[in-house]
Amino acid sequence: MPADESLPVERVIRAQRGLATVNFGELWRYRELFGFLAWRDILVRYKQTYLGVAWAVLQPFLTTVIFVLVFEQLGKFNSKGAPYAVMTFAGMLPWQFFANALSESSNSLVASSNMISKVYFPRLIIPASAVLSGLVDFLIGLVILFALMIFFGVKFHAQLLLLPLFLFVAFSAAFSAGVWLSALNVKYRDVKYIVPFFTRMGLYVSPVGFLSTLILDKFGPKIFFAYSLNPMVGVIDGFRWCVLGGSFEPYWPGVCASFAVIAILAVTGVVYFRSTERTFADVI
Amino acid sequence: MSGSIVSVRGLGKQYQLGSATRHDTLRDHIAHGVRRLVSRKNDKPKSEGDFIWALKDVSFEIGQGEVVGIIGRNGAGKSTLLKILSQITEPSVGEVRVRGRVASLLEVGTGFHPELTGRENIFLNGAILGMTRAEIRKSFDEIVAFSEVEQFLDTPVKRYSSGMYVRLAFAVAAHLEPEVLVVDEVLAVGDAAFRKKCMGKMGEVASLGRTVLLVSHNMGAISSLCDRGLLVDNGRIAFDGPAHSAVQAYNSSQNVAGTGQSEQGVIYAIPLEGVLSKKCAITRLEMLDADGNPRLHLATGDTVALRVTFHLSTPAPRCGVEIMFNTGDGGRLLMLANDPDSGFPLKLEPGVHSIECVIEKFPLSAGDFFISGAITIPYEEFLARWANLGQVTVVAADVYDSGFVITTDQSIIVTDHHWRVARGAK
Repeated sequence: MPADESLPVERVIRAQRGLATVNFGELWRYRELFGFLAWRDILVRYKQTYLGVAWAVLQPFLTTVIFVLVFEQLGKFNSKGAPYAVMTFAGMLPWQFFANALSESSNSLVASSNMISKVYFPRLIIPASAVLSGLVDFLIGLVILFALMIFFGVKFHAQLLLLPLFLFVAFSAAFSAGVWLSALNVKYRDVKYIVPFFTRMGLYVSPVGFLSTLILDKFGPKIFFAYSLNPMVGVIDGFRWCVLGGSFEPYWPGVCASFAVIAILAVTGVVYFRSTERTFADVI
Repeated sequence: MSGSIVSVRGLGKQYQLGSATRHDTLRDHIAHGVRRLVSRKNDKPKSEGDFIWALKDVSFEIGQGEVVGIIGRNGAGKSTLLKILSQITEPSVGEVRVRGRVASLLEVGTGFHPELTGRENIFLNGAILGMTRAEIRKSFDEIVAFSEVEQFLDTPVKRYSSGMYVRLAFAVAAHLEPEVLVVDEVLAVGDAAFRKKCMGKMGEVASLGRTVLLVSHNMGAISSLCDRGLLVDNGRIAFDGPAHSAVQAYNSSQNVAGTGQSEQGVIYAIPLEGVLSKKCAITRLEMLDADGNPRLHLATGDTVALRVTFHLSTPAPRCGVEIMFNTGDGGRLLMLANDPDSGFPLKLEPGVHSIECVIEKFPLSAGDFFISGAITIPYEEFLARWANLGQVTVVAADVYDSGFVITTDQSIIVTDHHWRVARGAK
């Protein structure tokens, strides 16, 4: 067939069988929609609230205050000489980002059921943009973190430049878990009840209010390696290291385990999502 | 096949019926799995009867620039076809080949967020429909002008009237520039003036050489806009040819099935056999003139009798029949009910009944109105209700004997009145 400039390539719509792959070209064409959906979520999030965007600050801040009161005053945890508030906030920040992004993205497909049954676009954009919109809260929290560091006289280290890398990993963790859960949520609404429980538990299980070295010192590297299968362990340790410097260097095999879990979740999640995507409109 | 821009071959879509094997929660899934393990014998294989073919063996080709109307009864498979063409759902068998960008407009205002302003929603909705930011910016002023909501651009759309909302939503969609535009029944919304404007826009889109697929129940729109008509019946293409022939084929098929407006004065009719199992169903709604003959057309100020025929399978110690006239966007203009509103109680036994409501001077001006209805036991329950029984077109009349006809553009309601110069006024 002669190439016709005015008509783009032919597209075939037919029943797909087996596992699906990602169509990156198409995702790229829809990149603006990705931005628009995140922008919508950000605009809408604090509409008609009295405190507005201050909630983005208050949530991690108040949780940190509670942690400081409970753990520092009563528990006497070892914070290796760093101010406990800064140590906790450095863990709280990625955790809050992950937890909020996860609950937003796992619910995102069901919340957009109207769009899914009326318009075509790559569905992966929906959970991804839900994660992206959480970045605003994160950036506001980051400003608070810097303020805390200055207030407590914590030096800014060179590792701080690696923070974006760990942020990217946190993003990937939330995205891969979000992709899995949002696709499952289309079929099994149980997810709606599991996620809040999961994030509430995770706050205490993950090394937010304490240092992960506590586990390492007490139970040894084998157990710690298993502990690091919780992907947020590596991310939080990485964050602390960036913020508090050399003496907080993470246990690298653990970090690698966390990152590997995230990579596996991401690949399997996207394949599962893409393979079930074609029935979303019928099932949702 | 070089000329065809959409090519559909052997397309079919199968849906599973009922909830026998659907698992909406994990628990159901696990329970089903366990049951299967425990008793293999009881696990009957899925029979053909559990499935329904919403579409079967559908094949057609559409050339560039063709405007194709898709018509058929509710549930015939039109919307399923559009959903497959717009890639929302996947076919079970067969394939579609499309050359070019497809934009589908299955609903106006998809993705509109009530908290966002009109301006923000234009960008958001445009992006959802597949426009780039540059394209939206380019047509922004046109969209705003078309929608007539300039003053409210920075107001959240949750404060819009339903008419404004629909106008804005259609305006965005109307400025899409895809190679193939798929439209489902969106012209049925809004007031008459706006519908006319939308029709004009659709015609303009078509004249630019784009390919348009339009589903509508508005036969007038189909015959005036489309070159070609596809009649879908029971999941198959029953007719494919010139639009006006398709409309004729549709009307005659409606006659056979006993539904539709093809009989003069009949607004709604369905065969009685189909509804005998229901507690209550309207089987026929017709317009009669003062002498009880079928009314061919209805003008403002006419005397009209609305005859409602319905089937009851339970006795009704009190029975209320409600007939409502509504605007296209669902606003109720007039409700007439024998009981309790008009104080005409009825005690009915099971069976088929007909009652008539006589309106001496029909009070609505020239335009299209939609009729909804309900049968009730007053103060107790709705036996059945219908959101849309059909459409009536009221033709213009010189109601006030002034040489001036009143249409919905001036006033929706007419009423007897007269003017005088006040005595003793200074």
